[in-house]
Amino acid sequence: MAVSLMSTAFYNEMYDSDAGLRPHYRAFAEWLAGMPADRLERKRAEADTAFHRVGITFAVYGEEAGTERLIPFDIIPRIIPAAEWTQLEAGLRQRVQALNAFLHDIYHEQAILKAGCIPSEQVLNNAQFRREMIGVDVPSGIYAHIAGVDIVRAGAGESYVLEDNLRVPSGVSYMIEDRKMMMRLFPELFSRHLIAPVQHYPDLLLDNLRTVAPGVANPTVVLLTPGAYNSAYFEHTFLAQQMGIELVEGRDLFVRDETVFMRTTQGPQRVDVIYRRLDDDFLDPLAFNKDSMLGVPGLLSAYRAGHVTLANAIGTGVADDKSVYPYVPEMIRFYLGEEPKLNNVPTWMLRKPEDLRYVLAHLSELVVKEVHGAGGYGMLVGPASSRAEIEEFRARIIAAPEKYIAQPTLALSNCPTFVDSGIAPRHLDLRPFVLSGKRGVGMVPGGLTRVALRAGSLVVNSSQGGGTKDTWVLEN
Amino acid sequence: MLSRTADHLYWLARYTERAENLARLLDVSYQMSLVPQSLAAQNENWRAILALNSLESAFAATHSGVNVDNVLRFMVADATNPSSIYSCLRAARENAHAVRGTLTAEMWESINATWIELRQQTFEQILARGISEFFDWVKLRSAVTRGVTFGTMLKDDALHFIRLGGLLERGDNTARILDMQYHILRQSDDEGASDFYRWGALLRSLSAFQVYRKVYRDAITPARVAELLILRMDLPRSLHACADGIVRMLQLIANDASAETQRQAGVLHARLHFARIDDVLAGGLHEYLTDFMDRIYELGDGISRDFLIAA
Repeated sequence: MAVSLMSTAFYNEMYDSDAGLRPHYRAFAEWLAGMPADRLERKRAEADTAFHRVGITFAVYGEEAGTERLIPFDIIPRIIPAAEWTQLEAGLRQRVQALNAFLHDIYHEQAILKAGCIPSEQVLNNAQFRREMIGVDVPSGIYAHIAGVDIVRAGAGESYVLEDNLRVPSGVSYMIEDRKMMMRLFPELFSRHLIAPVQHYPDLLLDNLRTVAPGVANPTVVLLTPGAYNSAYFEHTFLAQQMGIELVEGRDLFVRDETVFMRTTQGPQRVDVIYRRLDDDFLDPLAFNKDSMLGVPGLLSAYRAGHVTLANAIGTGVADDKSVYPYVPEMIRFYLGEEPKLNNVPTWMLRKPEDLRYVLAHLSELVVKEVHGAGGYGMLVGPASSRAEIEEFRARIIAAPEKYIAQPTLALSNCPTFVDSGIAPRHLDLRPFVLSGKRGVGMVPGGLTRVALRAGSLVVNSSQGGGTKDTWVLEN
Repeated sequence: MLSRTADHLYWLARYTERAENLARLLDVSYQMSLVPQSLAAQNENWRAILALNSLESAFAATHSGVNVDNVLRFMVADATNPSSIYSCLRAARENAHAVRGTLTAEMWESINATWIELRQQTFEQILARGISEFFDWVKLRSAVTRGVTFGTMLKDDALHFIRLGGLLERGDNTARILDMQYHILRQSDDEGASDFYRWGALLRSLSAFQVYRKVYRDAITPARVAELLILRMDLPRSLHACADGIVRMLQLIANDASAETQRQAGVLHARLHFARIDDVLAGGLHEYLTDFMDRIYELGDGISRDFLIAA
C-alpha cells in the first residue's frame, strides 16, 4: 500500500529529512508496501475485537461511572535501533539510581540540601515530602522500585526526559498486550526482524519485589488495587495474574501487632511485600486521608516497624514533582559524580519572578503545567490554545505562580500512524519501566509508546485520547 | 485464597447457573403454553413463574397484566428486575470482572463475550428470532463457560468455590422447577396426550428426556420423573447429584470453622442417598422440595459465614 510522504517539520521516526527511509524501518516498510489495504483493515478490526473481548480497557474519569474505553492500538510499530536503546538504557539507569539516592538522602542526612544544590524549601515544604518517612530505613535503600520515565524526542532527534513517574506509574500491561497483539496479527514480521522480547516483564518485577522483602525466606507478595473502578484496574489484574500473586483491596488486609495479614478462606495469612497501586494519601486512614475507604488502618505503623515492604515506598512523590524535576541533573552530579546522559527539558519555575515575567510574555509559545498535575489534566499547550484559553490560564498563573512550571513546546517526534484518513504522522513519546531492587537496576528493552491520535496534538495521555504502539528494540 | 476472591467466584458461578436454569424454566413454560389450553390456565402458569421468584409486586409495579409477552420481557430483558436473565448475566460478569486475574483468560473471555453479545440485542430482536433460540443461546453460553472452566482452571480452591456455587444454585433451581411444574401438572385433570407433552417438556428442560428413556424404557409417569430428578445419583442435575457434589467440595475447602456446615451438608446428602421415592411422595412432594430448598439456603448461609466473610 502507498505511504504518503511525511511532514519534515518534526523529527520523523521512520523517515529522515530527505524523505528517505531510516535503515531500521527498511524491512518493515517493504512488508507494509506489500500489504493489500483491505488485509490491513481486516487486521485492524481483528485487533479491536480481540482487545474488547479480552477486556483490555481503562475506565475514564469524568464520564459516566464505570465507563470503559479501549485504548486505541496502532499497528505500525515504533522501532528503536539497538545502539540508540543502549544509550537510553544507560541514561535511565543513571537517572533512576540518582533519584533513589536522592530519596534516601532527603529522608536521612539531607546532604544535598546542606550542600545547597537544591533549595531546602523546595523539598521540605513540598506537599509530597512525607515527614513520616524521616529516619525510616527501607530494604536496600530502594524507594522507587518501579519508575515510568517519560522520554520524548524533539528537534533533530535528541531525547529529553519529560517526567519521572515514581509513584504508581501505569501502562506496562499495554506494552505487553501490544506485543502479544502484533505477534498474533503479523507473525511474519517477527521472523523478518530480531526484536527484543518484553513479555518477561512480570517475572522481572516479581523477582525484584521478592529481593526487597523484609528479611523472610519465602516472602508473600501481593498487589494492592483501589478496586474495579480504578482507571488502571485492568493492569492490576493483569500483573497480579502474570506474577501469580493475590490481587487485594484494602478491605482484604488488616494489621495486627504491626504485621499485615490478608483474609483468606483458610484464615489470616501474613503479607511481606505490597506492590501498591494506591496513592500515598489513601494507604492508611489512621495516618493520611482519614476518609479513605481504600486503605488499611495501621499500615504505616507496620511499614515503619519494617515488617512489610511497600513498593513504591511512601514519599517518592517529592522526587518526581515538577518543581523538583529541574534539579535531577544536579542529583546525578551530586550522588554519582557523573554528567547526565539524558537531557532535561529546560524549565521555568514560575515561583521565580524573572521566570514568571518571561513566561507571561511568551504564553502562546510555551507549555505550562501544574506542579502537582498528572495525566495531561490542568495544562496549557500555548500554540494549540485560543486567546481566551490563554488569558484564562494567565489569570490562574498570576493567582498562584508557585503552582506552575513552564517549558518550551517541544517539537515531539512523530511516526506514521493509521488514522481515519489513512496513514499520517502523529506525535509520540516513550515510557520505559525501570525496576530497582537489591540486585540493581533493570528493565525490559523499550517500553510503552503512546501516540497522540489527533492531528497536531502533543498530548499522548490515554485519558486525553492517546493511543499506543508496539515498541521494538532491534537486536544486532 | 482471599475470602473476597472466593466470594466473587462463588457468586459468579451461582449467577451463571441461575441464568441457565431460568432459561430452562422459561423455555419449558413457553413450550407448555403452546399446548392447547385456556388463556386463564396459561396465564396462571406465568403467574406461577413470578411467584417462584417472589416477584409479583415488582412485576405489578411496572406491568399492567400477566401474560406471556409481559412476563417474558420482564424475566428475560428487564435490567431493573434483579432476577432477570439480563441481570443474572450482568452480575456474573461483574463478579468475574472483580476477580478476572484469578480466572483463566479463556474463562474471562467467555463470560465477557456472553455479556457483550447479550447487550447487543434488544428484546424485540430476540422475539423476532424466536425466544427458544435465545434460551438455547443462554444454555449454550453457560455450557461454554462451564467447559472452559473445567478445561482450563487449575484444580485448586478457586475451582472448588466455583463448583460449590454452581452446585448449590443448580440443586435449588432443579427443586424449584420441579416443584412448580409438578404442582401445575398434578392440577390438570386431563390425563391424555397433552400430559405426555408436558412431562416431556419438563424433562427436556432439565436435559433429562433421553436419560429418562434410557433409564426406564417405559411410559412417563410423575413418580418416575420425581425419582429421576430427585434421587438418581447419575443424573447431573438431580438433587442427589448436587448434594453429593456439595459434600465433596466442602471436604476440599474445609477450614477450622466449617465443621457444622459440613455436617449439615452430610445430613442433606444422606437424606437423598437413602430415600425411596414412595416415601418422598407419601410425605408430599411440595413439602419435601420446600424442605430441601430451606436446607440449601441454610448451607449457603453457613458457607458465607465460614469462608466468604472471614475475620
